[in-house]
Amino acid sequence: MKGITKFVIADILKNRIILFYALILGVFSWSIFSLEDNTSKGIMSLLNIILLTVPLVSIIFSNIYMYNSAEFIELLVSQPVKRSAIWTSLFIGLAIALNVSFLVGIGIPVLLFVPFMTGMTVIITGMLITTIFVSIAMLCSILMRDKARGIGFSIMIWLFLSLIYDGLVLFFMFQYADYPIEKPMAIFSALNPIDLARIQVLLQVDVAALMGYTGAIFKKMFGTMTGYLISLILMLLWIVIPFLISLKLFNKKDL
Amino acid sequence: MKIMRRQLPYILTSILAFVLSYSGETKSIFVGPSKTYKAIRPALMAARDYDTVFVEHGFYKEGNIVINKKIVMLGIGLPVIDGDKKYEVVSIKSDYVVFKGFHVQNSGFATLNDPGGIKVYDATGVVIENNVLENNFFGIYIQYGKKCIIRNNRVKAYGVEEQQIGNGIHCWKSDSLQIIGNNVQGHRDGIYFEFVTHSIIWCNISKYNIRYGLHFMFSNDDAYINNFFDSNGSGVAVMFTKNVIMYSNTFKNSTGDASYGILLKEISDAEIRGNRFINNTSALFLEGANRMLVHKNVFNGNGWGLKIQANCMDNVITENNFTGNTFDVSTNGSLVLNTFNNNYWDKYEGYDLDKNGIGDIPFHPLSLYSVIIENNPIAMLLYRSFMVTLLERTEKLIPSITPENFRDDRPVIKPFDL
Amino acid sequence: MIELNNISKSFGKTQALKNVSMHLSAGKCFGLIGPNACGKTTIIKSILSMVVPSTGNILFDGKNIEGEVSYKNHIGYMPQIGRYPENMSIKQVIDMIRDIRAYQGIEDRELYDAFGIDQFGDKKMRTLSGGTTQKVSATLAFLFDPPVLILDEPTAGLDPISSELLREKIIKERQNGKLILITSHLLSELDDLLTDIIFMQEAEVLFNKSVVALFEETGEERVSKAVSKLLKIKRA
Repeated sequence: MKGITKFVIADILKNRIILFYALILGVFSWSIFSLEDNTSKGIMSLLNIILLTVPLVSIIFSNIYMYNSAEFIELLVSQPVKRSAIWTSLFIGLAIALNVSFLVGIGIPVLLFVPFMTGMTVIITGMLITTIFVSIAMLCSILMRDKARGIGFSIMIWLFLSLIYDGLVLFFMFQYADYPIEKPMAIFSALNPIDLARIQVLLQVDVAALMGYTGAIFKKMFGTMTGYLISLILMLLWIVIPFLISLKLFNKKDL
Repeated sequence: MKIMRRQLPYILTSILAFVLSYSGETKSIFVGPSKTYKAIRPALMAARDYDTVFVEHGFYKEGNIVINKKIVMLGIGLPVIDGDKKYEVVSIKSDYVVFKGFHVQNSGFATLNDPGGIKVYDATGVVIENNVLENNFFGIYIQYGKKCIIRNNRVKAYGVEEQQIGNGIHCWKSDSLQIIGNNVQGHRDGIYFEFVTHSIIWCNISKYNIRYGLHFMFSNDDAYINNFFDSNGSGVAVMFTKNVIMYSNTFKNSTGDASYGILLKEISDAEIRGNRFINNTSALFLEGANRMLVHKNVFNGNGWGLKIQANCMDNVITENNFTGNTFDVSTNGSLVLNTFNNNYWDKYEGYDLDKNGIGDIPFHPLSLYSVIIENNPIAMLLYRSFMVTLLERTEKLIPSITPENFRDDRPVIKPFDL
Repeated sequence: MIELNNISKSFGKTQALKNVSMHLSAGKCFGLIGPNACGKTTIIKSILSMVVPSTGNILFDGKNIEGEVSYKNHIGYMPQIGRYPENMSIKQVIDMIRDIRAYQGIEDRELYDAFGIDQFGDKKMRTLSGGTTQKVSATLAFLFDPPVLILDEPTAGLDPISSELLREKIIKERQNGKLILITSHLLSELDDLLTDIIFMQEAEVLFNKSVVALFEETGEERVSKAVSKLLKIKRA
C-alpha cells in the first residue's frame, strides 16, 4: 500500500495541472497580500478562493484522475493487492498531492502575512475542504461509470454545496423569519462543509460583528471549544463517509 | 492723631485676631504607630481649619472617617484605611479639603445609601489625588460638588454583577469638575456623570467595567479628551446631553450583544473628533442624535463602524477612516438626513482618473447585507458566502433595497494619516 | 489447480456466464475459445477476482478465492490490451509490480531479455506502440515465475518474431509443469500450444476436451479445423 501511495503522489505531483493549480493559488495569494495592506480584507478575498476554487479544482481533478486511473486500477487488481488498499492509496495520494499544492500556493503566504491563529484556521479549513472534495469525487467516480456523467455529477454537487444550499438556507430564513429559527438554521448550515469552513474563518475575522445580536448563538454553536470540535468532527465525517461508501462500492465493482 | 489714637485698639485687636486665627494656629498633626496620635479620628478631632494631618504608613480601621474641616490630609507611604465592609470609609463634608496618598479599601456594600470609598458631600474645591481605592462599593462619589479635582487615583473593584457593585468615579449634580489621569477597573460604570456640567474628563483609563466605561446623562457642556476605554461591558454611553466634546479618545474591545464603542442617545451639538474605535461590535451608535460632527476618527476592525438610526439628522460624517470593519455603516430606515463626505472607505472599489485623490464615482457605504441583517439578524450565518457576495455585487450595480442617496460623493482614495 | 463451480454472472440484463464449471489442472495448456462476447474474458476476470461472480465459487489450490489476494502471487496475467498508467516509464511499472509482489525467488528474465526491454525501459507508457505494450505485459506475466499463467489474446499485436518468442516460451513453461490458460480468437495460432480446448458460446461451455480427444473425434490434425468440424457436428 505504501508503494502505491508513493507512486500515486509522485504521479500526481508530476501532473502539469497540479503544478498550475499550485502556481495560480500562489500568484493569487501573493498578489492579494502584497497589493492589499489590509490583511483581513485580503483574507476575505482568499476565502472566496478557498470556498469556490479549491473545492471545484479538488473535485474535478480527482474525478478525472480517477477515471484516467481505470487502467492502473485494473492492473493493480490483477496483482496480489487488496482492493481496499488500492482505493485507500488512491485517496491518500490524491489528498496529499492536492493538499501539498494548496499548502504551497496558499499556506506559505498565509503563514507569512496573516496573524497565526487566523492563518492556521484558514489553512486547516482549506485542507479539510480539499480532502472532503477528493472524497466526494471518488464517490462520484464510482457511482457514475461514464466519465462525462461523472464530471457533470461532481460539478452539480459542487454547485449545490457552494451556491444552491445557501440559497435554500436564505430562503428558509426569510420564510420563517418570525419563528425562533436561529438554532435549526445554524444546524442546517453546519451540515454543509463549505458553510462550516466559511463560518470558522468568519469567527476569526468578523469576531466583533459576531458578538452582536445573533452572535451569542453563533459563538456558542461554533466558537467554543466544543463548537470547534463538533465542526471538526462534522468535516471529518464529510471525508470519511463518502470515502467509506465509495470503498464499499469499489470492493464489489466489476472491472 | 486723635482719630488715630481712637482707632488704634480696633486695629490692634483685628491684627491680633488675624494672627491668632492664622499663623499661630496652622499646625501639622502627625498620626502613626509611634506618634502622638495612633489613630486618625482623634487627630481629626484635634485638627482645626487649615491644619495639615500627616498619616504615616499603617493600617487604620476606624469605621467611618468624617472630614468636616478645611484640612489637608496627607498619607505617607500609602497608609491603609479600611471600612471593614460595613462603613463608608471617608466622608468629606467640608470645602477645600485635600485628600492625598491613601489606600482606601473595603467600604460597606449596600444599595440604599450608596457607601463609597471616598464620598464628597456638597463641597467646593476638594482635591482627591494619588489614592488607591480598592474593593469599595462606590470608589469616589461626589454629590453637589463644585470645582473639585480628582486626579491620578487608581480605583479598583472586583464586581461580577451589575447590581452588586457601584461606579468607580460617580459624580452627581456637580459643576466644574476635573477628572484627570485616573485608572478605573471592575466597577459597574467606570466614570459616571449625571447632571454634571462644565467639566472635563481627561487622560483617564477605564477598563473591564461591567457596564459602561463612561456613562453620561443630562450632563451638558462637558469635554472628554484623551481617555482610553477598553473591554468594558458595553463601552461608553452618552445620553440626553448637549454640547459635548469628545476628542482623541480610544474605544476598544466592547464586544457583545448591545455593546458599543460609544452609544449616543438623544444628543445634540456634539463634536466627535480624532477618536479611535477598534474592535467593537458597534463602534459608534447614533440614536436621536442631531447636529453632530464626526470628524477624523478611525474605525478599524469593528463589527459595525457606524450605526445611524433613521431618527438622526443633520449629522456630518467627514474625513474618517473606515478600515477592516465587517460593515462600515448600517441604518434602520430609508430616510437619509445626514451627510457623508470625504471619508476613506477600504471597501471602495472606484477609480481616480484625474488623480485628485478623490474617487470619481460615489461610494455607497450601506451594504445590502447590513440592511438584511438589521431586519433578520440570523442571516449573519450566511455572511461572506458566495451567494451573498453575488447579491451584494448586484445591489452595488443596481441599488434596489438600499437608499440610493445614502452615499459618499467624494470618497478619498488613500486613508488619512490619523 | 483451479476449479470453477457453477459460476454465473450477469451485467445488468446481459448474462455473461451461465452456470459455468471447469477444472484446470497443472501441466496443461487450456485454450479458451469461442466467438466474441461469449464470456471468455469474464472467466479470466473472475479467476483474478476483477469480476465478482453472482453465484458459484472458484477454488485455487482447493481454497475459495473470495476475499483472498495472496493466491494472485501464483498467477501471471497478461491482459488483452495492456493498459498502464501513462506517465510511468516501463521500468517504473516493472519496479512497482515488483514492489507489490515482493517476490523472493529468482526472476525469470528470459522474455525481458529476449524482447530487449532494457533498451527502451525509460520510455513512458503513453509513447509505446500496441506491440511494445504487449511485450511489457508478457514480460510482467512471466517475470515472477508463477505456476499459473493466464494470457488473454497474447499474440495480438505482436510482430511475428516476438510472437514466435512468446509461443516458444509458453511451450517451455507448459513443459515445466505450469498451468496455462490462453484465450484467442485466432485458432491457427494455437496449434502446438494447447493440450485442452474449452469452447464457449453464449455464456456457456459448449465443450471441454483434450486436443488429442478432439483430433480423434474429428479426424483432423489442426485445432482450427477440428473445432469447426466439431461445431458442425454439434449443430447437426
